Parts: sequence; structure tokens; C-alpha cells
Amino acid sequence: MGEPLKFHFEVDGENFSSAGEASVMVKKKLRQLGFSPEIMRRVSIAMYEGEINMVIHADGGTADVTVSDTEIEIVLKDKGPGIADVERAMQEGYSTACDNIRALGFGAGMGLPNMKKYSDYLHIDSEVGVGTTVTMRINLN
Amino acid sequence: MLLADLMKRIPVKHISGDLPESFDGVYAGDLLSRAMSHVKADNLWITIMTNTNVVAVASLTEAAAVILAEGVTLIPEAAAAAEENGICILSSDLSVYELCRDIGAMCAETE
Repeated sequence: MGEPLKFHFEVDGENFSSAGEASVMVKKKLRQLGFSPEIMRRVSIAMYEGEINMVIHADGGTADVTVSDTEIEIVLKDKGPGIADVERAMQEGYSTACDNIRALGFGAGMGLPNMKKYSDYLHIDSEVGVGTTVTMRINLN
Repeated sequence: MLLADLMKRIPVKHISGDLPESFDGVYAGDLLSRAMSHVKADNLWITIMTNTNVVAVASLTEAAAVILAEGVTLIPEAAAAAEENGICILSSDLSVYELCRDIGAMCAETE
């Protein structure tokens, strides 16, 4: 492929009923690039969960996706409240989403577990009151 | 299974999007993270969720179609997003359980 392909998205924090648009865009790009259904599925799930988290918890943020010969990297950055206890947040079923968000079908407490399950590498850099940066990589080999 | 066969026997209406010829398996559930990781390509996804995220999840999982149970309808933004993304939306007055029961019975017959 040569030079890595980079995609940048501003994720709107105002409208959580339409959240997921950046993930849908990325999937379309990956399909155009000829990636396998399995890779598209893993990237879609991991990125969708991260995107939703930014909208629900952090009033939006940015998503940067880099496609290279060996991996797809997704970096999600927000200036939200941060995650006080990352280990706890990683537990399946644990959620801090409020009732109006749950009414939309979120808050299963599966966001971070899904991100971990479907990526090969997950790193969460979070500081309370400052924000969170999530880096995920999916290997292509 | 052919979707046309299902629609002849089970009261399911076509609301929008291109009707796929067939589907392969069913997932029922409303929590989006669960649906995201469990709906497989070409599945029918039965839900009572009606917001735009239904369209995002259906698109990302490559579900054959979404069946909205219990007669619920998509909010206008979601209906517009479904049209734009070519997501097939079906609707039924049956409950999630009744749809699963009836589709399951049909699938069992054809096996």
C-alpha cells in the first residue's frame, strides 16, 4: 500500500441519537479498500463502541484512523471527565450511563469489553477532569 | 431462508430500503453493544429500538434487515438515515417473542 492512509473525524457530542456516523464512514472506506469482512467487523465494533463512549460521556471528541500495511490504528481523543477507575470500567456490565441514555439502548456495560475483545491492542490514557485518549490497533497479518 | 417466504406467512411489513432476497439466522435484542457484537452478516435483527443508532448498528453488522417488533416505528431521523444507507426496515405488530417463535418454527421446517 505504501504511505499509510489517514482519516480524521470530528465526533459531535450534541447528538447521541446519530452517533456512530464516523464508524459507518470508516467501514465504507475499508470496504472500498477491499478489506475482509472479519477485519471490517472488528474495526467497526471497536470504533463504534469508542465513538459512542465519547458522545455519551465526553461531549464528543476526535477520531483518527490510520490504515497501514500491517495494522489499522484508531485513536479516539476527548476532553471529557476522564475515567476514574479504568479497571472497573473494563468489567462487563459495569456502566455509568444515565437513564435517558439507557433508554436509547446504550449502557450495556459492554463498550470497553467489546473494544478489548475486537482489537489486538487497547491502551487507555485517562486523567480525571482532563480527558481520555483511547488507542486501538487491529493487526492485518 | 427466503425473506419472501417469511413475509407470506408471518405478518411483517416492508417499511423501507431494498428488500434482500434471503437471510441467514436471527438475533433479537435491544442493547446496542450486545447487538453490535452478536448480529451477524445476513441476520434478521429483531428490536424495539427506534432511534438512529439502530441504523448504524444494522449497517455496521451488515444485517439483512431490521424487524421492528410490537408495531413501533423509527423516529423520522432514523427513517431518513435508513433510506440514505439503504438499510432494509421491516415492521410487525407481533412481539419479539412471537416473531422469534414463528420464524424459528419456519426455520425448523426447512432444515
